Amino acid sequence: MTSVLLGEGTQGSAEPVESVAAFDSAIAADERIEPRDWMPDDYRRTLVRQMAQHAHSEIIGMQPEANWITRAPSLRRKAILMAKVQDEAGHGLYLYSAAETLGTSREELLDKLHSGRQKYSSIFNYPTLTWADVGAIGWLVDGAAITNQVPLCRCSYGPYARAMIRICKEESFHQRQGFELLLALSRGTEAQHAMAQDSVDRWWWPSLMMFGPPDDESSHSARSMEWKIKRHSNDELRQRFVDICVPQAEALGLTLPDPGLRWNESRGHWDFGPIDWEEFKQVLQGNGPCNEERITRRRQAHEDGAWVRDAAAAYAAKHAARGRGKVQERTETAVDTAVSA
Amino acid sequence: MTGSEGLSARSAAALSDPLLPLADDSLVLSHRLGEWAGHAPVLEEELALANIALDLLGQARALYAELGEEDELAFLREERAFRNCQLAEQPGGDFAHTMVRQLYFSAWQELLYAQLAELGQPLAAKAVKESEYHRDHAEHWTLRLGDGTEESHARAQRAADSLWRFTGELFEPIAGPGPVGEVDWDALRTGWTERITRTFERATLTVPESPQEGAWKAGAGRQGIHTEPFGRMLAEMQHLHRSHPGASW
Amino acid sequence: MSGTDWPLWEVFVRSRRGLSHTHAGSLHAPDAEMALRNARDLYTRRSEGVSVWVVPSHEITASSPDEKDPFFGPAADKPYRHPTFYEVPEGVRNL
Repeated sequence: MTSVLLGEGTQGSAEPVESVAAFDSAIAADERIEPRDWMPDDYRRTLVRQMAQHAHSEIIGMQPEANWITRAPSLRRKAILMAKVQDEAGHGLYLYSAAETLGTSREELLDKLHSGRQKYSSIFNYPTLTWADVGAIGWLVDGAAITNQVPLCRCSYGPYARAMIRICKEESFHQRQGFELLLALSRGTEAQHAMAQDSVDRWWWPSLMMFGPPDDESSHSARSMEWKIKRHSNDELRQRFVDICVPQAEALGLTLPDPGLRWNESRGHWDFGPIDWEEFKQVLQGNGPCNEERITRRRQAHEDGAWVRDAAAAYAAKHAARGRGKVQERTETAVDTAVSA
Repeated sequence: MTGSEGLSARSAAALSDPLLPLADDSLVLSHRLGEWAGHAPVLEEELALANIALDLLGQARALYAELGEEDELAFLREERAFRNCQLAEQPGGDFAHTMVRQLYFSAWQELLYAQLAELGQPLAAKAVKESEYHRDHAEHWTLRLGDGTEESHARAQRAADSLWRFTGELFEPIAGPGPVGEVDWDALRTGWTERITRTFERATLTVPESPQEGAWKAGAGRQGIHTEPFGRMLAEMQHLHRSHPGASW
Repeated sequence: MSGTDWPLWEVFVRSRRGLSHTHAGSLHAPDAEMALRNARDLYTRRSEGVSVWVVPSHEITASSPDEKDPFFGPAADKPYRHPTFYEVPEGVRNL
């Protein structure tokens, strides 16, 4: 269902020449494109693909972390982890909503995810084997995600940029809690320290892969930058991330598993070793350690929930006509109270 | 006390405190709700279930902090030293089980905490608002499942029936000093039964007529007698903490 | 896949007393009551609000971008509606 707030997916409504000019000048002036504005088909497609992939990553990303909710070693950590996984559901929701403004329903996008026609970030195809992995995901994976996402707050598409502003605000605690978790382990017992180091060893390289293929091999990058959907290249962001992480690893008392890491005075950046792009490709193509499990689990949840969604829809249809005004008045009072509680 | 070796003196002293059963209820149900993370029926419900779980965990932590050291109490007691009601520990089952469990529990907790707030228990005033919202959420789902489709109706009725035998324990007086010792348990039972009956009527569900508790004289959760799935739940919850004695996290 | 796609709702949140409700985003819900609860759980979990409105997305009437000029253009040439249009001699206060 779309509304007048949303784009209808209709292209080239007014005179194309004027529309193209309006679009181009809005992009050039760093103005935002809004759902009902005319936009090139490719711009729309690129956005839907990117927002969908981003949303899918949020909800698939719940799995590796939720894996530890029932085993969190302290009540404080249990609360933090539950709140974090919950945020990811919320972020998925914001992003699906943003994608819906372009006339693509959530149901349609979920269907594409479940049938493997749309991807999610391949980082979530790695398993969380120890508690320290919860920390490494927060510090490295969320850290990489934030590096990627902060520039998206200025993305040319309004609804996406607004969703990202909300997400980035909420994400700020995610990375910190991961760092803090690892710090506690690193400064803890010998076994805890070893757990933390092992985890960083496993997550470091996959985190660097999160920025995507090198610039000269990235098929969509150039145009996305032209359209201001994307503001920095993959390699730029990757370098920024490495530069941020090196001193943080030192503060953690942990090492990064790259013998090639060294400060390059002339570049003013840290040099780092070669990334195994073959592994990246393999994981992307479905040969990662958890691809099969992640998508099966997601599909299962959706199928198991079908009778619940049907029930609520059936109930709504039955009760649609009955005493609506009255019910709503009552409900609003209840929610006002609950919210201010 | 069985199953509580390794607690500090302060935490050990909490074992007979009348607030401990309430803290355990909240922790255990929160844990069970946390098991849903990542596979709720719809994304919006992920948020709702996690909110309830976080409220409950917050209640448990606040109570444990009053009584002793929270992680000792949560992670270093064995099954027989837990005082939660058996209802809270029941596995989630399908979504209908989860929602009916929540309805039975939160309708009770709301009434209990309302009494405790009046009796001057300082933590109850905040908790009663939370449980009111939880009950409201569970009630709305009970209506939709009960009066939704044929399948959802059957599932909701099955959940209502199978969890019924754990509800009697909720009204067994918890003895001890302080506000909990002064609760009017009969009024609680009356209020709860009215509430559930009204909700079930609206949801086109039948209030079960089977007994509300089991026949075993050993008692139930309040006596540290639990159902089999609870031991496995604790094993999962506690193993990491216990694998690293004395470590901090 | 279930054929019953829940409708889309727009959510408006009042962040505190004295301010108006502003658009926060959207969500899916089977009916108004659940939409309100979902909105509370999603958009106010960090105490972002004290009151929530939900509106079915398809119930909102919006101006179309095609009507941009006739709709909003005419207001642009009436600067006398704004106080900065008027010159006031230096030293005159409370005006």
